[in-house]
Amino acid sequence: MSASDESTNLLEVRGLTKIFGTLTACDHIDLTIAKGEIHALLGENGAGKSTLVKMLFGSLEPHSGEISWKGETVRINSPHAARRLGIGMVFQHFSLFEALTAAENIALSLDDKTPIATTAAKARALSHSYGLPLDPHSLVGDLSVGERQRIEIIRCLLQTPELIILDEPTSVLTPQEADKLFETLERLKSEGKSILYISHRLEEVKRICDRATVLRHGKVVGHCDPRKETAASLARMMVGNEIQAIVRAPVENAGKAETLLEIRGLDRTPATPFSIPLRDINLSVRAGEVIGIAGVAGNGQGELFEAVSGEVLQKQAGTVRIRGKDAGRLGISARRKLGAAFVPEERLGHGAAPRMKLSENLLLSRHATDAKAYLGLAGVIRNSSLASAAQRIISVMDVRKSAPDPEAASLSGGNLQKFIIGRELDRQPSLMVVNQPTWGVDAGAAARIRQALIELARKGSAVLVISQDLDELFEISDAIAVMHNGELSSPLPRAEATFEKIGLLMGGAEPGHVELPVEAA
Amino acid sequence: MRIELVKRPQYSRVFSALSPFIALVLTLIAGAIMFSALGKNPADALYYYFIDPLRETWSLHELAVKAAPLILIAVGLSICYLSNNWNIGAEGQFIIGAIAGSILPVAFPTFQSWIVLPLMMIMGMIGGAAYGAIPAWLKVRFNTNEILTSLMLVYVAQLFLDWLVRGPWRNPQGMNFPETRTFHPYAILPEIWPESGRAHWGFVFALVAAIALWFVLSKTLRGFEIKVLGQSPRAGRFAGFSAGRMVFFAFMLSGALAGLAGISEVSGAIGQLRPVISPGYGFAAIIVAFLGRLNPLGIVAAGLVLALSYLGGEAAQISIGVSDKVVRAFQGMLLFFVLACDTLIHYRIRFAGPAAKAQEAGQNA
Repeated sequence: MSASDESTNLLEVRGLTKIFGTLTACDHIDLTIAKGEIHALLGENGAGKSTLVKMLFGSLEPHSGEISWKGETVRINSPHAARRLGIGMVFQHFSLFEALTAAENIALSLDDKTPIATTAAKARALSHSYGLPLDPHSLVGDLSVGERQRIEIIRCLLQTPELIILDEPTSVLTPQEADKLFETLERLKSEGKSILYISHRLEEVKRICDRATVLRHGKVVGHCDPRKETAASLARMMVGNEIQAIVRAPVENAGKAETLLEIRGLDRTPATPFSIPLRDINLSVRAGEVIGIAGVAGNGQGELFEAVSGEVLQKQAGTVRIRGKDAGRLGISARRKLGAAFVPEERLGHGAAPRMKLSENLLLSRHATDAKAYLGLAGVIRNSSLASAAQRIISVMDVRKSAPDPEAASLSGGNLQKFIIGRELDRQPSLMVVNQPTWGVDAGAAARIRQALIELARKGSAVLVISQDLDELFEISDAIAVMHNGELSSPLPRAEATFEKIGLLMGGAEPGHVELPVEAA
Repeated sequence: MRIELVKRPQYSRVFSALSPFIALVLTLIAGAIMFSALGKNPADALYYYFIDPLRETWSLHELAVKAAPLILIAVGLSICYLSNNWNIGAEGQFIIGAIAGSILPVAFPTFQSWIVLPLMMIMGMIGGAAYGAIPAWLKVRFNTNEILTSLMLVYVAQLFLDWLVRGPWRNPQGMNFPETRTFHPYAILPEIWPESGRAHWGFVFALVAAIALWFVLSKTLRGFEIKVLGQSPRAGRFAGFSAGRMVFFAFMLSGALAGLAGISEVSGAIGQLRPVISPGYGFAAIIVAFLGRLNPLGIVAAGLVLALSYLGGEAAQISIGVSDKVVRAFQGMLLFFVLACDTLIHYRIRFAGPAAKAQEAGQNA
């Protein structure tokens, strides 16, 4: 399977193993990366991709196995050591100080005492030569996520690495920004640099990667040439079996059903210097339909969710209407009593209290709506009815867990999300608002969650889904609106929406300009 | 060799239960070392300190007298700490409660009726709650740090009491001593069992409060709300609980209980207001709350232990002639060890031997 026969591989990993307690996160991983190739590391969440690259980058120490770099066995015991060898990494979650400029952030990560002006000049030169325009003197807090990623990439390139590890780089980019990133990667490859590209997006892996290593449950399940595979065959390797296909029945009496959620002229001033103000948001969601809200992270989706859920109140009662009733001045419990249900983006610490049991977390969102079932006289909690309801949700949603009623924090992200979604579905809400329903959830569970949302809508509820995952929105939505810089476009019906149109709106194009690239595509 | 703390994957139930006991043992060991450094026989000293006070009926009553305010204050504080509100000012709420409760017997000594005592208790609670509401309001309105404001208000309360008993409320027949007139019989909190000793109804209040709050915390939605808001405020907001209202609830409830402790102490044990009415109950109750694992029933036991440290301090002062400051030293050591031992709940100790060290040296080379 080796791409280069005569020259030694840049990086060779043999039998690398990492054990956390009873979990073998990486089990005898073998991997070779040749000079000048883009190598994909594929796998579902929890397959061991992050653990593997953390060992390569020196932030975790392997239990056993060896790593050789240019034919010599090495021990990488710190990120510093990794950088010295010539391994650079761009993390999925950026580590930038928002109150500092780009150049200052870059200077902080360099080991030497180069003056900031020199660093800024170098960064500017580098950014131009790689087609990643960046003003080194701009404040990180003012930059878009795509621009922040450029800082991370330039910071990495300044250390002239020979192997660059990119962790899910496109998850925060618009399709157009992603295209630019791919050009940069091609350019780096032509200069003989190697890239380890971690992703679960199969189309882009097929497009830019020379070879792929697929992980499942901590083991390598195959090496392949992604260009010779189909997305379906790659997915099968990742998941181990076929993923349930989403069925989307047509909406009955579309456009005539009752409006269950109406947002009219919603404005919100930013609560902190780095949060996004909401400007004149209008949206209505009718019974029976799923409306998707696309957008790059940090464009006000979190702020919108808080405003709709009632965690933050509006100035006027009529700004948010739920089932025809003014709800703008009602708190989250009162909005729930009107029939609404909410699932926030963060699971631990927002949708669920980490150190509380699942049955207690059931009470968290349902104590107001189901007071009769779960509370007795003087607010005494009925533990037995809570426990049986929790068990019902666990079995309906197929939540995998280690104890009968475990703490929320002990569940994997995907299983906890299944429980949180199931907790709300169990109520048969007439309005469901979900932020990032399947972020970090494995493909099988994600399909189940998406199907459940569609079915809820088809039974006569209104569903609003905020997501950064365009594939997901195209799969489940009847119309897609785009959030950019605190503003919401009007929803495009699913039949008219294309990746290009939505992508342009995500990048901030005027709605009027949307028609242009359709011919090009 | 190096000692390392390694985070446990899940918290240890064993150490959660054992930690207070380990802390007690370590405190006794450190106490023995302290006594021998003072030139006393540690065995004798510990005997007079911790065993002797438990041998007589009257001193068991004294134990209840000292434990009553500690338990009352500490169960209120447990609500504060569980909901992540760091009320350090119970001493001040205790004093203001005592002052508010003393208005009737001191300023209106001629008003004598059975209704006076219940009114005094209620006014004491209102006074403490109102004083607790100040740091709560500052926290909610201006986001000030409640640790600082509640602590500083203690000194305000202490000086206010000092001024009262030296100025406007000084006993006209008191020969210029800085104290108020003694309470009339209708204003005295009676003893539970007068034939055997001095323990007053304050101890019963403490037990009732502990059981009631244990029930609220472990069985009701309000208890759930307290814990959720304390553990993850954002999840609490998602649940529809108001963090701001919880700040007021926790501070005013603990203020009210501290106020009740204050007026009970004055009306049950002292019988008048003096410049100093508390040997630091409000601060010692912080230790009680943590030693009792913030569980109201655990706090009853912890309150008795701390009360013993006060009694033993007095006993040791008389029998073996050590300074009364030893009491504070003991309480400080106890809090220190309790907090230190709590580390073992979430961490385990690992001894990194010379082998590991050599290996690391090899890596760094």
